[in-house]
Amino acid sequence: MSFKHKHLLGIKDLTPQDILTILETAESLHEISKREIKKVPTLRGKTIINLFFEPSTRTRSSFELAAKRLSADIVNFNRSASSVVKGESLKDTVLNLEAMNPDAIVIRHSASGAPHFISSFCRSHVINAGDGSHEHPTQALLDAFTIKQEKKTLQGLKVVIVGDILHSRVARSNIMLLTKVGTQVVLCGPPSLLPQAFKKFGVDIEYNLDRALEEADVVMMLRIQLERQKKNFFPSIREYRNLYGLTKERFRKAKKNAIIMHPGPINRGVEISTELADSAKSVILKQVENGIAVRMAVLYLLLGGKESEALD
Amino acid sequence: MRLLIKNGRVIDPSSGIDETLDILIDRGKIVEIKPKIDNQEAKIIDASRLVVSPGFIDMHTHLREPGEEEKETIYTGSQAAARGGFTSIACMPNTNPVNDNRGVTEFIISEAKKRAVVNIFPIAAVTKEQKGEELIDMADLVEANAIAFSDDGFPVKTSLIMRRALEYSKLLNTLIIDHCEDRSLSEDGVMNEGYYSYLLGLRGIPDSAEEIIVARDLILAEKTGSRIHLAHLSVKGAVELLREAKKRRVKVTAEVTPHHLILDDSSLQTYDTNLKVNPPLRSKDDVKALLEAVKDGTIDVIATDHAPHTEDEKAVEFDQAPFGINGLETAVSLLLDRLVNKNVIPLSKFIEMIATKPAEILGLENKGKIRVGADADLTILNLHKEIVIDITKFKSKSRNNPFHGWKLKGAPTMTIVGGKIVYSSL
Amino acid sequence: MKEKIKARVMDGSKIRRALHRMTTEIIERNRNLKNLVIVGIRTRGIYLGKRISKLIKEMENVEVPVGVLDITLYRDDFSELEAQHIVQKTEINFPIAKKDVLLVDDVLFTGRTIRAAMDSLIDLGRPDTIQLLVLIDRGHRELPIRADYVGKFLPTSKREVVQVKLKEIDGSDEVLITEPAGLK
Repeated sequence: MSFKHKHLLGIKDLTPQDILTILETAESLHEISKREIKKVPTLRGKTIINLFFEPSTRTRSSFELAAKRLSADIVNFNRSASSVVKGESLKDTVLNLEAMNPDAIVIRHSASGAPHFISSFCRSHVINAGDGSHEHPTQALLDAFTIKQEKKTLQGLKVVIVGDILHSRVARSNIMLLTKVGTQVVLCGPPSLLPQAFKKFGVDIEYNLDRALEEADVVMMLRIQLERQKKNFFPSIREYRNLYGLTKERFRKAKKNAIIMHPGPINRGVEISTELADSAKSVILKQVENGIAVRMAVLYLLLGGKESEALD
Repeated sequence: MRLLIKNGRVIDPSSGIDETLDILIDRGKIVEIKPKIDNQEAKIIDASRLVVSPGFIDMHTHLREPGEEEKETIYTGSQAAARGGFTSIACMPNTNPVNDNRGVTEFIISEAKKRAVVNIFPIAAVTKEQKGEELIDMADLVEANAIAFSDDGFPVKTSLIMRRALEYSKLLNTLIIDHCEDRSLSEDGVMNEGYYSYLLGLRGIPDSAEEIIVARDLILAEKTGSRIHLAHLSVKGAVELLREAKKRRVKVTAEVTPHHLILDDSSLQTYDTNLKVNPPLRSKDDVKALLEAVKDGTIDVIATDHAPHTEDEKAVEFDQAPFGINGLETAVSLLLDRLVNKNVIPLSKFIEMIATKPAEILGLENKGKIRVGADADLTILNLHKEIVIDITKFKSKSRNNPFHGWKLKGAPTMTIVGGKIVYSSL
Repeated sequence: MKEKIKARVMDGSKIRRALHRMTTEIIERNRNLKNLVIVGIRTRGIYLGKRISKLIKEMENVEVPVGVLDITLYRDDFSELEAQHIVQKTEINFPIAKKDVLLVDDVLFTGRTIRAAMDSLIDLGRPDTIQLLVLIDRGHRELPIRADYVGKFLPTSKREVVQVKLKEIDGSDEVLITEPAGLK
């Protein structure tokens, strides 16, 4: 059983077996972070470049720790999107970095499809750390890992994803992963941010949050971006919170042992009330912890083993 | 020089001819059309098993000169046209400077005379700098030989300007061509809004953006009684509006591109920027409706919307890439393979849409027909020739064409402009 | 690729006697049995380790804990593998610092697995001593590594494969020498 992919561009390219392999590997690597010496020599000598065009401390440092715990060398290149405007194209940036012989490039970019684009001329393994509104595969993987940790299985659960689905790469990756492994997914949000066409992804759509939450096992809240209000996707933050904010009362509609998730950073008091965010039902911090194990698994599976042309 | 084209299957929809005939050309004109012509002084071209058609006319091309010669020039664009089987092309005004004045029009015409191998007909802008605020001096430009008017690249900005342009065009019996896009709806979209734009996380251009301006243009054309031509239609809703308007005898004609008839938005999953075009590739339902409209005559013309860009410009993230597909050298083979050889439309209809009607709409009286006295612009086709598209062989400067490697049956084999052979693969 | 069984060098009773003898040796050499811990190397080392622990309990009434070590992450041939080995869990639920660790594996061959196991153990904590118990020592060492307790010395050719089968997962106790049939 092996992981025959050269890149991780999205959940879309993974089979259900691939997903299970990653989660099982993450399970085995998890305890390394609990050891006194949080390091194994597995990827010693490998070089990984974090190429982040969007600000991010969480994902970036998660990848950094994952690489370091596997003994790989990792370098951070932070570019603001404006440096592209200043003249160095994305293609040139990547070609210049490749001249330093990295083994893998972890890329986060505001343009959907940017990882696909660079994988077309890159020698290195390309790992998508979030591209525009398209995908954020390691987030969905760590979300699935966390759900499995809490619920022991992914199948037969009802997962509700709430928020700005239209612009969310976390939503898309989660939708793809969960539908591949037999989980029931319900999307909830204002109609302007949740077109009916999303039903074609094999999910249900519910505009009313109370109804959506009924019998939910997992409630995944997405961050609402304040800029969307300026573009008239919804009238005001106040109204958004009233209709789609998760409060203790609303959460009672879900199953008794339902858990609350959020990819972070949270807008306290907007999409989730402060008391819920800090409650025992919230696994938000566990998500962060699991992120490292999942990213270690991804690095291990992509970079371990012979560099072979048989990989895609 | 005399040319004698022998034994070809001559098809001319304007006169209904479809038989094996010989054609004699002298000094740039067709002088004789008969089953058997004997002429010792003429250079003989054996067209047996080939189709001889009036020269193809592309009503919608971007030549980029003046101003963006790195993408294409009048010369290279004309070479590409000839290789693609086109004897005449009409070029859009969104150059730099915009063709909104006599100077640029005359420059294009004189450049074309010096260096182009096919006929070049400049289309001038409707408004100054295509800003949509002030009409240009239409009469002056008609006198300078602008063949039509368009703000293509952009819609004619407001209903008021479109109305004025249509009214004014009646005076000169000239044609307004509109690129139908409501920019407030299309905003910063980069592909068709639908399942695939949601899947790929790319901002969508809804079909309503086209339908709304089509509706506006049809109403204004009807009220003013003027002629109007709608460029590159792409959605089902637009076709339906058009069909109704034609029933009411509105003086409207419309065109569609080969790529909108052959590709749909599902092909964008690779994020290939060579598929980024405006109007975007639409859904399978839209493609179906466009094909129906081609079949029943609702759409009159096929035009390439050849839009060259440099490789560097297209080698970027999808959001950043300019819109446009290079099309002159692939259009005819694509259409012969996918429409004619697959029996979607008969060959005569195809020729009508790519030669007869464009000539009619643009008022080119001596073109688009095979008749004694007509200009000797001819396209010779081999319906059975099997080709593989190779973009490295293009005469165009640009390579932004998504059909590289496609195996097609049917190709232009000779292009004759004004009695001169400008392309031959015989 | 079908393999040919060349010889059956140990059966269930021979294995039982070897384990018994080695356990006696362990008890002889380890003054402070209470400081002993057993770490079995996946996969069959685990079951052998558990059997040893049980024997020690029977003979001396001391509970010796058994942990599981997966050495995949410490292999030195990592970049030459055709496909990544599945990483399984390392489960050592007791501290190994200052302990006497008895590493247990089924077959000692080139010595590289043991080298990886030792590196891994030291990353987990600093044991006082590490001893090695193997059921079979088949020679052909590539590193200077030797076992403290050996069930059976078995001279083999490099081409041969030594298969240890244990009841717990293979259904029977035996040690076989096989050879891949046909060179391909």
